[in-house]
Amino acid sequence: MRLRNAKDRFAGGLLNLLCMGVASLLLVMAASLLFRAESVLQMIPLRELLVSTVWSPSQGHFGLASFIIGSLWVTCIAMSIAVPLGMLSAVFVAEYSPQWVNGIAHPVVDVLAGISPVVYGVWGLATIVPLVGDYLMPFLSERFPFFPFASENYTGYSALSGGLVLAVMILPIIVGFSSEVIKAVPLEVREASLSLGATRWETTKWTVLKQAKPGLIAAVILALSRAFGETMAVLMVAGCSLHGTPKSIFDQAYPLPALIANTYGEMMSIPLYDSTILLAAFVLFAVTFAFNAVAWTVLLRVKKRAT
Amino acid sequence: MMNRRKLEEQLVKALMIAATLVVSSSLMLILVTIVWKGLPVLTLEMLTKTPEGGYYLGKGGGILNAILGSIVVGLAAIALASLTGLPVALYLNVYLGRRSKMAVAVRFALDTLWGIPSIVYGAFGFTIMVMLGMQASLLAAIITVALLVFPITVRGMDEVLQMVPDDLKEASFALGSTNLETAGRVVMRRAFSGLLTAVLVAFGRGIGDAASVLFTAGFTDSLPHSLFGPVATLPLAIFFQLATPFPEVQARGYASALVLTAIVLAISLACRLLMAGSSRAQSK
Repeated sequence: MRLRNAKDRFAGGLLNLLCMGVASLLLVMAASLLFRAESVLQMIPLRELLVSTVWSPSQGHFGLASFIIGSLWVTCIAMSIAVPLGMLSAVFVAEYSPQWVNGIAHPVVDVLAGISPVVYGVWGLATIVPLVGDYLMPFLSERFPFFPFASENYTGYSALSGGLVLAVMILPIIVGFSSEVIKAVPLEVREASLSLGATRWETTKWTVLKQAKPGLIAAVILALSRAFGETMAVLMVAGCSLHGTPKSIFDQAYPLPALIANTYGEMMSIPLYDSTILLAAFVLFAVTFAFNAVAWTVLLRVKKRAT
Repeated sequence: MMNRRKLEEQLVKALMIAATLVVSSSLMLILVTIVWKGLPVLTLEMLTKTPEGGYYLGKGGGILNAILGSIVVGLAAIALASLTGLPVALYLNVYLGRRSKMAVAVRFALDTLWGIPSIVYGAFGFTIMVMLGMQASLLAAIITVALLVFPITVRGMDEVLQMVPDDLKEASFALGSTNLETAGRVVMRRAFSGLLTAVLVAFGRGIGDAASVLFTAGFTDSLPHSLFGPVATLPLAIFFQLATPFPEVQARGYASALVLTAIVLAISLACRLLMAGSSRAQSK
Protein backbone atom coordinates (compact mmCIF):
# COMPACT_ATOMS: atom_id res chain seq x y z
CA MET A 1 0.00 0.00 0.00
CA ARG A 2 2.69 2.39 0.99
CA LEU A 3 4.67 1.56 -2.12
CA ARG A 4 1.67 2.27 -4.31
CA ASN A 5 1.13 5.64 -2.68
CA ALA A 6 4.81 6.47 -2.90
CA LYS A 7 4.80 5.62 -6.59
CA ASP A 8 1.76 7.76 -7.11
CA ARG A 9 3.27 10.71 -5.31
CA PHE A 10 6.60 10.34 -7.08
CA ALA A 11 4.93 10.27 -10.50
CA GLY A 12 2.79 13.24 -9.51
CA GLY A 13 5.81 15.29 -8.52
CA LEU A 14 7.65 14.40 -11.70
CA LEU A 15 4.65 15.28 -13.85
CA ASN A 16 4.17 18.52 -12.01
CA LEU A 17 7.72 19.46 -12.93
CA LEU A 18 7.12 18.42 -16.53
CA CYS A 19 4.01 20.60 -16.68
CA MET A 20 5.94 23.57 -15.35
CA GLY A 21 8.51 22.90 -18.06
CA VAL A 22 5.75 22.96 -20.68
CA ALA A 23 4.29 26.16 -19.28
CA SER A 24 7.69 27.83 -19.34
CA LEU A 25 8.50 26.72 -22.88
CA LEU A 26 7.05 29.98 -24.17
CA LEU A 27 9.44 31.93 -21.98
CA VAL A 28 12.39 29.79 -23.02
CA MET A 29 11.57 30.35 -26.67
CA ALA A 30 11.23 34.10 -26.29
CA ALA A 31 14.37 34.35 -24.18
CA SER A 32 16.60 32.34 -26.51
CA LEU A 33 15.47 34.29 -29.58
CA LEU A 34 15.99 37.59 -27.77
CA PHE A 35 19.35 36.46 -26.46
CA ARG A 36 20.56 35.86 -30.01
CA ALA A 37 19.01 39.10 -31.22
CA GLU A 38 20.79 41.12 -28.57
CA SER A 39 23.95 41.82 -30.51
CA VAL A 40 22.08 43.69 -33.24
CA LEU A 41 19.92 45.49 -30.69
CA GLN A 42 23.07 46.84 -29.07
CA MET A 43 24.30 48.28 -32.35
CA ILE A 44 21.05 49.60 -33.79
CA PRO A 45 18.09 50.82 -31.76
CA LEU A 46 14.94 48.70 -32.03
CA ARG A 47 12.92 51.64 -33.31
CA GLU A 48 15.19 52.09 -36.28
CA LEU A 49 15.17 48.38 -37.06
CA LEU A 50 11.38 48.35 -37.16
CA VAL A 51 10.86 51.69 -38.95
CA SER A 52 13.67 51.79 -41.51
CA THR A 53 13.04 50.32 -44.97
CA VAL A 54 16.72 50.18 -45.93
CA TRP A 55 17.82 46.56 -46.19
CA SER A 56 21.40 45.91 -47.19
CA PRO A 57 23.07 43.51 -44.78
CA SER A 58 26.51 43.80 -46.33
CA GLN A 59 26.54 47.51 -45.49
CA GLY A 60 25.06 47.01 -42.06
CA HIS A 61 21.58 48.34 -42.82
CA PHE A 62 18.92 46.13 -41.32
CA GLY A 63 15.56 47.85 -41.76
CA LEU A 64 12.72 45.38 -41.32
CA ALA A 65 9.91 47.78 -42.16
CA SER A 66 9.38 46.75 -45.78
CA PHE A 67 9.07 43.12 -44.73
CA ILE A 68 6.59 43.97 -42.00
CA ILE A 69 4.59 46.01 -44.51
CA GLY A 70 4.82 43.09 -46.96
CA SER A 71 3.36 40.86 -44.27
CA LEU A 72 0.54 43.34 -43.69
CA TRP A 73 -0.29 43.43 -47.41
CA VAL A 74 -0.63 39.68 -47.89
CA THR A 75 -2.40 39.25 -44.56
CA CYS A 76 -4.92 42.00 -45.30
CA ILE A 77 -5.64 40.62 -48.77
CA ALA A 78 -6.07 37.12 -47.36
CA MET A 79 -8.35 38.29 -44.56
CA SER A 80 -10.56 40.41 -46.78
CA ILE A 81 -11.17 37.39 -49.01
CA ALA A 82 -11.34 34.64 -46.40
CA VAL A 83 -13.41 36.30 -43.66
CA PRO A 84 -16.58 37.02 -45.66
CA LEU A 85 -16.39 33.71 -47.54
CA GLY A 86 -15.60 31.71 -44.43
CA MET A 87 -18.24 33.36 -42.27
CA LEU A 88 -20.97 32.85 -44.86
CA SER A 89 -20.17 29.19 -45.28
CA ALA A 90 -19.82 28.72 -41.50
CA VAL A 91 -23.34 30.10 -41.02
CA PHE A 92 -24.58 27.92 -43.83
CA VAL A 93 -22.98 24.78 -42.43
CA ALA A 94 -24.13 25.48 -38.87
CA GLU A 95 -27.63 26.90 -39.43
CA TYR A 96 -28.98 26.08 -42.86
CA SER A 97 -27.43 23.01 -44.35
CA PRO A 98 -29.09 19.61 -44.45
CA GLN A 99 -27.47 16.86 -42.41
CA TRP A 100 -25.49 15.38 -45.27
CA VAL A 101 -23.68 18.66 -45.99
CA ASN A 102 -22.63 18.71 -42.38
CA GLY A 103 -21.34 15.17 -42.75
CA ILE A 104 -19.15 16.20 -45.67
CA ALA A 105 -18.09 19.63 -44.41
CA HIS A 106 -16.30 18.29 -41.35
CA PRO A 107 -13.92 15.88 -43.09
CA VAL A 108 -13.33 18.42 -45.85
CA VAL A 109 -12.33 21.10 -43.34
CA ASP A 110 -10.10 18.61 -41.52
CA VAL A 111 -8.35 17.51 -44.70
CA LEU A 112 -7.82 21.10 -45.86
CA ALA A 113 -6.31 21.94 -42.48
CA GLY A 114 -3.96 18.96 -42.64
CA ILE A 115 -2.49 19.54 -46.09
CA SER A 116 1.13 20.65 -46.08
CA PRO A 117 1.78 24.38 -46.60
CA VAL A 118 4.22 23.47 -49.35
CA VAL A 119 1.43 21.70 -51.23
CA TYR A 120 -0.65 24.88 -51.00
CA GLY A 121 2.34 26.68 -52.45
CA VAL A 122 2.59 24.14 -55.28
CA TRP A 123 -1.08 24.62 -56.02
CA GLY A 124 -0.61 28.38 -55.97
CA LEU A 125 2.24 28.11 -58.48
CA ALA A 126 0.17 25.94 -60.79
CA THR A 127 -3.06 27.95 -60.71
CA ILE A 128 -3.02 31.24 -58.83
CA VAL A 129 0.20 32.72 -60.19
CA PRO A 130 -0.77 32.21 -63.87
CA LEU A 131 -4.30 33.39 -63.13
CA VAL A 132 -3.04 36.62 -61.60
CA GLY A 133 -0.23 37.16 -64.09
CA ASP A 134 -2.11 36.36 -67.30
CA TYR A 135 -5.64 37.54 -66.57
CA LEU A 136 -6.29 39.54 -63.40
CA MET A 137 -3.32 41.86 -63.59
CA PRO A 138 -3.49 42.86 -67.28
CA PHE A 139 -7.23 43.33 -66.95
CA LEU A 140 -7.31 45.32 -63.71
CA SER A 141 -4.13 47.37 -63.87
CA GLU A 142 -4.90 48.63 -67.38
CA ARG A 143 -8.49 49.49 -66.66
CA PHE A 144 -7.92 50.93 -63.20
CA PRO A 145 -4.47 52.51 -63.28
CA PHE A 146 -4.62 53.88 -59.74
CA PHE A 147 -3.91 52.96 -56.15
CA PRO A 148 -4.29 49.32 -55.32
CA PHE A 149 -4.07 48.13 -58.94
CA ALA A 150 -1.39 50.10 -60.80
CA SER A 151 1.85 48.13 -60.88
CA GLU A 152 5.14 47.86 -62.74
CA ASN A 153 5.38 44.15 -61.95
CA TYR A 154 4.77 41.97 -64.99
CA THR A 155 4.74 38.51 -63.38
CA GLY A 156 2.03 36.75 -61.43
CA TYR A 157 4.27 36.55 -58.37
CA SER A 158 2.58 39.20 -56.29
CA ALA A 159 1.01 40.20 -53.01
CA LEU A 160 -2.34 39.22 -54.47
CA SER A 161 -1.14 35.67 -55.27
CA GLY A 162 0.23 35.33 -51.75
CA GLY A 163 -3.01 36.67 -50.30
CA LEU A 164 -5.16 34.32 -52.38
CA VAL A 165 -3.19 31.22 -51.40
CA LEU A 166 -3.22 32.34 -47.75
CA ALA A 167 -6.97 32.90 -47.96
CA VAL A 168 -7.51 29.30 -49.01
CA MET A 169 -5.18 28.14 -46.24
CA ILE A 170 -7.01 29.98 -43.45
CA LEU A 171 -10.52 29.19 -44.69
CA PRO A 172 -10.62 25.84 -42.85
CA ILE A 173 -9.68 27.60 -39.60
CA ILE A 174 -12.41 30.21 -40.01
CA VAL A 175 -15.10 27.76 -41.12
CA GLY A 176 -14.13 25.12 -38.57
CA PHE A 177 -13.99 27.39 -35.51
CA SER A 178 -16.92 29.62 -36.48
CA SER A 179 -19.33 26.81 -37.23
CA GLU A 180 -18.50 25.22 -33.86
CA VAL A 181 -19.10 28.53 -32.10
CA ILE A 182 -22.41 29.07 -33.89
CA LYS A 183 -23.57 25.52 -33.17
CA ALA A 184 -22.86 26.10 -29.48
CA VAL A 185 -25.56 28.80 -29.27
CA PRO A 186 -28.49 27.19 -27.41
CA LEU A 187 -31.46 26.07 -29.46
CA GLU A 188 -33.98 27.97 -27.31
CA VAL A 189 -32.58 31.28 -28.52
CA ARG A 190 -33.52 30.38 -32.07
CA GLU A 191 -36.89 28.96 -31.12
CA ALA A 192 -37.85 32.12 -29.24
CA SER A 193 -36.98 34.29 -32.21
CA LEU A 194 -38.64 32.03 -34.79
CA SER A 195 -41.83 31.82 -32.74
CA LEU A 196 -42.05 35.62 -32.81
CA GLY A 197 -42.30 35.40 -36.56
CA ALA A 198 -38.74 36.22 -37.56
CA THR A 199 -37.41 34.58 -40.70
CA ARG A 200 -34.48 32.24 -40.43
CA TRP A 201 -31.96 34.84 -41.54
CA GLU A 202 -33.41 37.43 -39.17
CA THR A 203 -33.09 34.92 -36.37
CA THR A 204 -29.51 34.20 -37.32
CA LYS A 205 -28.63 37.85 -37.77
CA TRP A 206 -30.26 39.31 -34.68
CA THR A 207 -29.92 36.53 -32.12
CA VAL A 208 -27.56 33.70 -33.04
CA LEU A 209 -24.72 35.77 -34.46
CA LYS A 210 -25.07 38.28 -31.65
CA GLN A 211 -24.53 35.52 -29.12
CA ALA A 212 -21.74 33.97 -31.11
CA LYS A 213 -19.92 37.26 -31.73
CA PRO A 214 -17.02 36.92 -29.26
CA GLY A 215 -16.29 33.40 -30.47
CA LEU A 216 -16.39 34.53 -34.08
CA ILE A 217 -13.97 37.33 -33.32
CA ALA A 218 -11.63 34.80 -31.72
CA ALA A 219 -11.83 32.63 -34.84
CA VAL A 220 -10.88 35.60 -37.00
CA ILE A 221 -7.95 36.47 -34.73
CA LEU A 222 -6.66 32.90 -34.90
CA ALA A 223 -6.88 32.94 -38.68
CA LEU A 224 -5.15 36.32 -38.76
CA SER A 225 -2.28 35.03 -36.69
CA ARG A 226 -1.94 31.96 -38.89
CA ALA A 227 -1.87 34.09 -42.03
CA PHE A 228 0.70 36.43 -40.52
CA GLY A 229 3.10 33.61 -39.71
CA GLU A 230 2.64 31.37 -42.73
CA THR A 231 5.92 30.94 -44.52
CA MET A 232 6.48 28.42 -47.27
CA ALA A 233 3.36 28.89 -49.37
CA VAL A 234 3.79 32.66 -49.40
CA LEU A 235 7.49 32.34 -50.15
CA MET A 236 6.63 30.31 -53.24
CA VAL A 237 4.04 32.63 -54.79
CA ALA A 238 4.50 36.19 -53.52
CA GLY A 239 7.70 36.94 -55.41
CA CYS A 240 9.79 37.64 -52.35
CA SER A 241 12.66 39.55 -53.85
CA LEU A 242 13.97 42.91 -52.76
CA HIS A 243 11.74 45.32 -54.62
CA GLY A 244 11.05 47.67 -51.76
CA THR A 245 7.67 48.14 -50.18
CA PRO A 246 4.67 46.99 -52.25
CA LYS A 247 2.37 49.78 -53.35
CA SER A 248 -0.17 47.68 -55.22
CA ILE A 249 -1.78 44.27 -54.87
CA PHE A 250 0.12 43.32 -58.02
CA ASP A 251 3.54 44.30 -56.67
CA GLN A 252 5.83 41.65 -55.28
CA ALA A 253 5.65 41.33 -51.53
CA TYR A 254 8.36 40.03 -49.21
CA PRO A 255 6.74 39.16 -45.88
CA LEU A 256 8.70 38.71 -42.66
CA PRO A 257 8.46 34.88 -42.41
CA ALA A 258 9.67 34.56 -46.00
CA LEU A 259 12.68 36.73 -45.15
CA ILE A 260 13.60 34.37 -42.32
CA ALA A 261 13.20 31.30 -44.52
CA ASN A 262 15.07 32.77 -47.45
CA THR A 263 18.21 33.80 -45.65
CA TYR A 264 19.12 30.59 -43.87
CA GLY A 265 22.00 29.94 -46.22
CA GLU A 266 23.77 33.26 -46.13
CA MET A 267 23.06 34.63 -42.70
CA MET A 268 26.09 33.24 -40.95
CA SER A 269 28.53 34.93 -43.28
CA ILE A 270 27.70 38.58 -42.54
CA PRO A 271 28.05 40.05 -39.04
CA LEU A 272 24.76 40.87 -37.29
CA TYR A 273 22.79 39.23 -40.12
CA ASP A 274 21.85 36.12 -38.13
CA SER A 275 21.09 38.27 -35.12
CA THR A 276 18.68 40.38 -37.18
CA ILE A 277 16.96 37.30 -38.58
CA LEU A 278 16.42 35.98 -35.07
CA LEU A 279 15.09 39.39 -34.07
CA ALA A 280 12.63 39.05 -36.95
CA ALA A 281 11.67 35.63 -35.59
CA PHE A 282 11.14 37.20 -32.19
CA VAL A 283 8.87 39.88 -33.67
CA LEU A 284 6.87 37.14 -35.37
CA PHE A 285 6.73 35.22 -32.10
CA ALA A 286 5.55 38.25 -30.15
CA VAL A 287 2.84 39.20 -32.64
CA THR A 288 1.41 35.69 -33.02
CA PHE A 289 1.63 35.08 -29.28
CA ALA A 290 -0.35 38.25 -28.59
CA PHE A 291 -3.03 37.32 -31.13
CA ASN A 292 -3.34 33.80 -29.76
CA ALA A 293 -3.43 34.93 -26.15
CA VAL A 294 -6.27 37.35 -26.89
CA ALA A 295 -8.24 34.75 -28.85
CA TRP A 296 -7.68 32.21 -26.09
CA THR A 297 -8.96 34.54 -23.39
CA VAL A 298 -12.06 35.35 -25.42
CA LEU A 299 -12.78 31.68 -26.09
CA LEU A 300 -12.29 30.80 -22.44
CA ARG A 301 -14.89 33.38 -21.45
CA VAL A 302 -17.27 32.04 -24.09
CA LYS A 303 -16.83 28.50 -22.78
CA LYS A 304 -17.39 29.61 -19.20
CA ARG A 305 -20.62 31.33 -20.14
CA ALA A 306 -21.80 28.27 -22.03
CA THR A 307 -21.46 25.96 -19.05
CA MET B 1 -42.86 44.46 -46.36
CA MET B 2 -43.24 40.73 -46.16
CA ASN B 3 -41.78 40.39 -49.61
CA ARG B 4 -38.69 42.33 -48.73
CA ARG B 5 -38.01 40.10 -45.75
CA LYS B 6 -38.48 36.97 -47.82
CA LEU B 7 -36.28 38.44 -50.50
CA GLU B 8 -33.51 39.15 -48.00
CA GLU B 9 -33.78 35.60 -46.70
CA GLN B 10 -33.45 34.19 -50.23
CA LEU B 11 -30.61 36.53 -51.12
CA VAL B 12 -28.54 35.72 -48.06
CA LYS B 13 -29.17 32.03 -48.48
CA ALA B 14 -28.00 32.17 -52.08
CA LEU B 15 -24.88 34.04 -50.98
CA MET B 16 -24.14 31.45 -48.34
CA ILE B 17 -24.59 28.56 -50.74
CA ALA B 18 -22.30 30.30 -53.21
CA ALA B 19 -19.66 30.86 -50.53
CA THR B 20 -19.85 27.23 -49.39
CA LEU B 21 -19.48 26.09 -52.99
CA VAL B 22 -16.42 28.28 -53.46
CA VAL B 23 -14.84 26.98 -50.26
CA SER B 24 -15.47 23.31 -51.02
CA SER B 25 -14.50 23.61 -54.67
CA SER B 26 -11.21 25.19 -53.65
CA LEU B 27 -10.34 21.96 -51.84
CA MET B 28 -11.35 19.92 -54.85
CA LEU B 29 -9.33 22.25 -57.05
CA ILE B 30 -6.21 21.72 -54.93
CA LEU B 31 -6.51 17.94 -55.02
CA VAL B 32 -7.40 17.90 -58.72
CA THR B 33 -4.48 20.18 -59.60
CA ILE B 34 -1.97 18.12 -57.66
CA VAL B 35 -3.21 14.81 -59.11
CA TRP B 36 -3.59 16.17 -62.64
CA LYS B 37 -0.12 17.72 -62.69
CA GLY B 38 1.65 15.08 -60.61
CA LEU B 39 0.25 11.72 -61.62
CA PRO B 40 1.47 11.66 -65.26
CA VAL B 41 5.03 12.36 -64.07
CA LEU B 42 5.06 10.00 -61.13
CA THR B 43 7.17 6.93 -61.83
CA LEU B 44 8.30 3.99 -59.78
CA GLU B 45 11.85 5.24 -60.22
CA MET B 46 10.99 8.41 -58.32
CA LEU B 47 9.74 6.45 -55.34
CA THR B 48 12.49 3.87 -55.16
CA LYS B 49 15.73 5.66 -56.06
CA THR B 50 17.82 8.39 -54.55
CA PRO B 51 18.76 11.37 -56.73
CA GLU B 52 21.60 10.75 -59.12
CA GLY B 53 24.11 13.50 -59.84
CA GLY B 54 22.34 16.37 -61.59
CA TYR B 55 18.87 15.30 -60.49
CA TYR B 56 17.95 18.93 -59.98
CA LEU B 57 19.09 19.66 -63.53
CA GLY B 58 16.76 17.04 -64.97
CA LYS B 59 18.87 13.88 -64.76
CA GLY B 60 17.71 10.53 -63.39
CA GLY B 61 16.96 9.29 -59.93
CA GLY B 62 14.17 9.72 -57.41
CA ILE B 63 13.19 11.21 -54.09
CA LEU B 64 13.45 8.15 -51.87
CA ASN B 65 15.96 10.05 -49.71
CA ALA B 66 13.34 12.72 -48.98
CA ILE B 67 10.45 10.29 -48.47
CA LEU B 68 12.44 8.16 -46.02
CA GLY B 69 13.92 11.25 -44.38
CA SER B 70 10.49 12.73 -43.74
CA ILE B 71 9.17 9.47 -42.38
CA VAL B 72 12.14 9.02 -40.05
CA VAL B 73 11.98 12.63 -38.81
CA GLY B 74 8.20 12.44 -38.44
CA LEU B 75 8.16 9.11 -36.61
CA ALA B 76 10.99 9.97 -34.24
CA ALA B 77 9.53 13.41 -33.51
CA ILE B 78 6.05 12.09 -32.85
CA ALA B 79 7.46 9.33 -30.64
CA LEU B 80 9.34 11.92 -28.58
CA ALA B 81 6.31 14.20 -28.40
CA SER B 82 3.89 11.41 -27.42
CA LEU B 83 6.18 9.87 -24.83
CA THR B 84 6.51 13.20 -23.04
CA GLY B 85 3.06 14.45 -23.99
CA LEU B 86 0.90 11.54 -22.89
CA PRO B 87 1.95 11.82 -19.22
CA VAL B 88 1.27 15.56 -19.33
CA ALA B 89 -2.20 15.02 -20.80
CA LEU B 90 -2.98 12.33 -18.23
CA TYR B 91 -1.72 14.54 -15.42
CA LEU B 92 -3.98 17.39 -16.56
CA ASN B 93 -7.04 15.15 -16.54
CA VAL B 94 -6.52 12.73 -13.69
CA TYR B 95 -4.30 14.39 -11.09
CA LEU B 96 -5.52 17.95 -11.59
CA GLY B 97 -9.16 18.82 -11.11
CA ARG B 98 -11.35 20.76 -13.49
CA ARG B 99 -10.67 24.03 -11.68
CA SER B 100 -6.92 23.68 -11.26
CA LYS B 101 -4.95 26.85 -12.02
CA MET B 102 -1.98 24.78 -13.14
CA ALA B 103 -4.12 23.04 -15.73
CA VAL B 104 -5.36 26.38 -17.06
CA ALA B 105 -1.79 27.67 -17.31
CA VAL B 106 -0.56 24.56 -19.14
CA ARG B 107 -3.49 24.62 -21.58
CA PHE B 108 -2.88 28.30 -22.24
CA ALA B 109 0.79 27.61 -22.96
CA LEU B 110 -0.04 24.69 -25.24
CA ASP B 111 -2.71 26.55 -27.19
CA THR B 112 -0.54 29.59 -27.77
CA LEU B 113 2.43 27.37 -28.67
CA TRP B 114 0.14 25.73 -31.22
CA GLY B 115 -0.39 29.11 -32.82
CA ILE B 116 3.30 30.04 -33.06
CA PRO B 117 4.35 29.77 -36.74
CA SER B 118 6.59 26.86 -37.64
CA ILE B 119 9.31 29.17 -38.97
CA VAL B 120 9.72 30.47 -35.41
CA TYR B 121 10.21 26.88 -34.24
CA GLY B 122 12.80 26.58 -36.97
CA ALA B 123 14.60 29.66 -35.69
CA PHE B 124 14.31 28.44 -32.10
CA GLY B 125 15.70 25.04 -33.10
CA PHE B 126 18.53 26.90 -34.81
CA THR B 127 19.41 28.79 -31.59
CA ILE B 128 19.48 25.47 -29.68
CA MET B 129 21.67 24.00 -32.39
CA VAL B 130 24.13 26.88 -32.18
CA MET B 131 24.13 26.72 -28.40
CA LEU B 132 25.02 23.02 -28.45
CA GLY B 133 27.52 23.50 -31.26
CA MET B 134 25.58 21.14 -33.51
CA GLN B 135 25.36 21.09 -37.30
CA ALA B 136 22.12 20.85 -39.25
CA SER B 137 21.33 17.18 -38.75
CA LEU B 138 18.72 14.50 -38.36
CA LEU B 139 18.85 14.92 -34.58
CA ALA B 140 18.30 18.69 -34.74
CA ALA B 141 15.40 18.17 -37.15
CA ILE B 142 13.82 15.58 -34.87
CA ILE B 143 14.05 17.86 -31.83
CA THR B 144 12.61 20.83 -33.70
CA VAL B 145 9.72 18.90 -35.21
CA ALA B 146 9.05 17.25 -31.84
CA LEU B 147 8.71 20.71 -30.30
CA LEU B 148 6.43 21.75 -33.15
CA VAL B 149 4.06 18.79 -32.81
CA PHE B 150 4.18 18.63 -29.00
CA PRO B 151 1.34 21.12 -28.38
CA ILE B 152 -0.77 19.51 -31.12
CA THR B 153 -0.26 16.05 -29.65
CA VAL B 154 -0.93 17.02 -26.04
CA ARG B 155 -3.96 19.19 -26.74
CA GLY B 156 -5.40 16.51 -29.02
CA MET B 157 -4.93 13.91 -26.28
CA ASP B 158 -6.28 16.34 -23.71
CA GLU B 159 -9.51 16.85 -25.69
CA VAL B 160 -9.96 13.08 -25.88
CA LEU B 161 -9.27 12.55 -22.17
CA GLN B 162 -11.75 15.27 -21.22
CA MET B 163 -14.42 13.13 -22.87
CA VAL B 164 -13.77 10.24 -20.49
CA PRO B 165 -16.75 10.26 -18.09
CA ASP B 166 -16.01 11.35 -14.52
CA ASP B 167 -18.00 8.34 -13.23
CA LEU B 168 -15.35 6.05 -14.60
CA LYS B 169 -12.57 7.84 -12.72
CA GLU B 170 -14.67 8.03 -9.59
CA ALA B 171 -15.43 4.32 -9.74
CA SER B 172 -11.73 3.64 -10.00
CA PHE B 173 -10.91 5.94 -7.07
CA ALA B 174 -13.69 4.37 -5.01
CA LEU B 175 -12.07 0.99 -5.43
CA GLY B 176 -8.94 2.44 -3.86
CA SER B 177 -6.83 3.08 -6.95
CA THR B 178 -4.30 5.85 -6.84
CA ASN B 179 -4.19 8.63 -9.44
CA LEU B 180 -1.40 6.85 -11.26
CA GLU B 181 -3.28 3.56 -11.45
CA THR B 182 -6.46 5.27 -12.57
CA ALA B 183 -4.56 7.13 -15.27
CA GLY B 184 -2.72 4.10 -16.57
CA ARG B 185 -5.22 1.31 -16.25
CA VAL B 186 -8.60 2.99 -16.60
CA VAL B 187 -8.51 6.35 -18.34
CA MET B 188 -5.81 5.53 -20.87
CA ARG B 189 -7.41 2.26 -21.83
CA ARG B 190 -10.81 3.81 -22.30
CA ALA B 191 -9.45 6.60 -24.51
CA PHE B 192 -6.91 4.52 -26.40
CA SER B 193 -8.19 4.92 -29.96
CA GLY B 194 -8.79 8.62 -29.42
CA LEU B 195 -5.24 9.04 -28.18
CA LEU B 196 -3.95 7.24 -31.25
CA THR B 197 -5.98 9.57 -33.46
CA ALA B 198 -4.42 12.58 -31.75
CA VAL B 199 -0.97 11.14 -32.42
CA LEU B 200 -1.79 10.50 -36.08
CA VAL B 201 -3.11 14.03 -36.61
CA ALA B 202 0.08 15.47 -35.14
CA PHE B 203 2.18 13.10 -37.26
CA GLY B 204 0.46 14.37 -40.41
CA ARG B 205 1.23 17.93 -39.41
CA GLY B 206 4.84 17.13 -38.59
CA ILE B 207 5.57 15.29 -41.79
CA GLY B 208 4.18 18.10 -43.95
CA ASP B 209 6.01 20.96 -42.35
CA ALA B 210 8.92 22.54 -44.15
CA ALA B 211 9.64 25.82 -42.42
CA SER B 212 10.75 24.20 -39.17
CA VAL B 213 13.28 21.88 -40.82
CA LEU B 214 14.63 24.48 -43.20
CA PHE B 215 17.30 25.61 -40.72
CA THR B 216 17.74 22.40 -38.82
CA ALA B 217 17.68 19.40 -41.16
CA GLY B 218 19.97 20.52 -43.91
CA PHE B 219 19.55 18.54 -47.12
CA THR B 220 21.33 15.60 -48.69
CA ASP B 221 21.02 13.27 -51.63
CA SER B 222 21.75 10.15 -49.62
CA LEU B 223 19.42 8.16 -47.41
CA PRO B 224 19.28 9.05 -43.71
CA HIS B 225 22.04 7.08 -42.01
CA SER B 226 23.33 9.01 -39.02
CA LEU B 227 21.71 11.09 -36.29
CA PHE B 228 24.41 13.70 -36.74
CA GLY B 229 24.35 13.91 -40.53
CA PRO B 230 22.01 16.08 -42.58
CA VAL B 231 18.72 14.62 -43.74
CA ALA B 232 16.45 15.32 -46.72
CA THR B 233 12.75 15.98 -46.15
CA LEU B 234 9.88 15.70 -48.62
CA PRO B 235 8.43 19.22 -48.27
CA LEU B 236 11.87 20.73 -48.84
CA ALA B 237 12.47 18.43 -51.80
CA ILE B 238 9.23 19.72 -53.32
CA PHE B 239 10.26 23.29 -52.63
CA PHE B 240 13.70 22.88 -54.18
CA GLN B 241 12.40 21.09 -57.27
CA LEU B 242 9.89 23.82 -57.96
CA ALA B 243 12.52 26.50 -57.42
CA THR B 244 14.56 25.21 -60.36
CA PRO B 245 14.01 26.78 -63.79
CA PHE B 246 13.67 23.40 -65.56
CA PRO B 247 10.13 22.32 -66.46
CA GLU B 248 10.92 18.60 -66.14
CA VAL B 249 12.28 19.06 -62.62
CA GLN B 250 9.30 21.21 -61.70
CA ALA B 251 7.01 18.47 -63.01
CA ARG B 252 8.72 16.07 -60.61
CA GLY B 253 8.02 18.62 -57.89
CA TYR B 254 4.32 18.23 -58.63
CA ALA B 255 4.68 14.45 -58.46
CA SER B 256 6.46 14.79 -55.11
CA ALA B 257 3.65 17.03 -53.86
CA LEU B 258 1.24 14.27 -54.88
CA VAL B 259 3.24 11.76 -52.82
CA LEU B 260 3.18 14.03 -49.76
CA THR B 261 -0.54 14.71 -50.14
CA ALA B 262 -1.24 10.99 -50.53
CA ILE B 263 0.65 10.27 -47.30
CA VAL B 264 -1.26 12.98 -45.42
CA LEU B 265 -4.61 11.87 -46.84
CA ALA B 266 -3.88 8.25 -45.92
CA ILE B 267 -3.14 9.35 -42.36
CA SER B 268 -6.33 11.36 -42.10
CA LEU B 269 -8.32 8.44 -43.55
CA ALA B 270 -6.79 6.18 -40.90
CA CYS B 271 -7.92 8.70 -38.26
CA ARG B 272 -11.50 8.63 -39.58
CA LEU B 273 -11.57 4.83 -39.56
CA LEU B 274 -10.15 4.75 -36.04
CA MET B 275 -12.74 7.20 -34.77
CA ALA B 276 -15.59 5.39 -36.51
CA GLY B 277 -14.39 2.09 -35.06
CA SER B 278 -14.06 3.44 -31.54
CA SER B 279 -17.50 5.09 -31.48
CA ARG B 280 -19.04 1.81 -32.63
CA ALA B 281 -17.17 -0.10 -29.93
CA GLN B 282 -18.32 2.34 -27.28
CA SER B 283 -21.97 2.26 -28.29
CA LYS B 284 -22.08 -1.51 -28.04
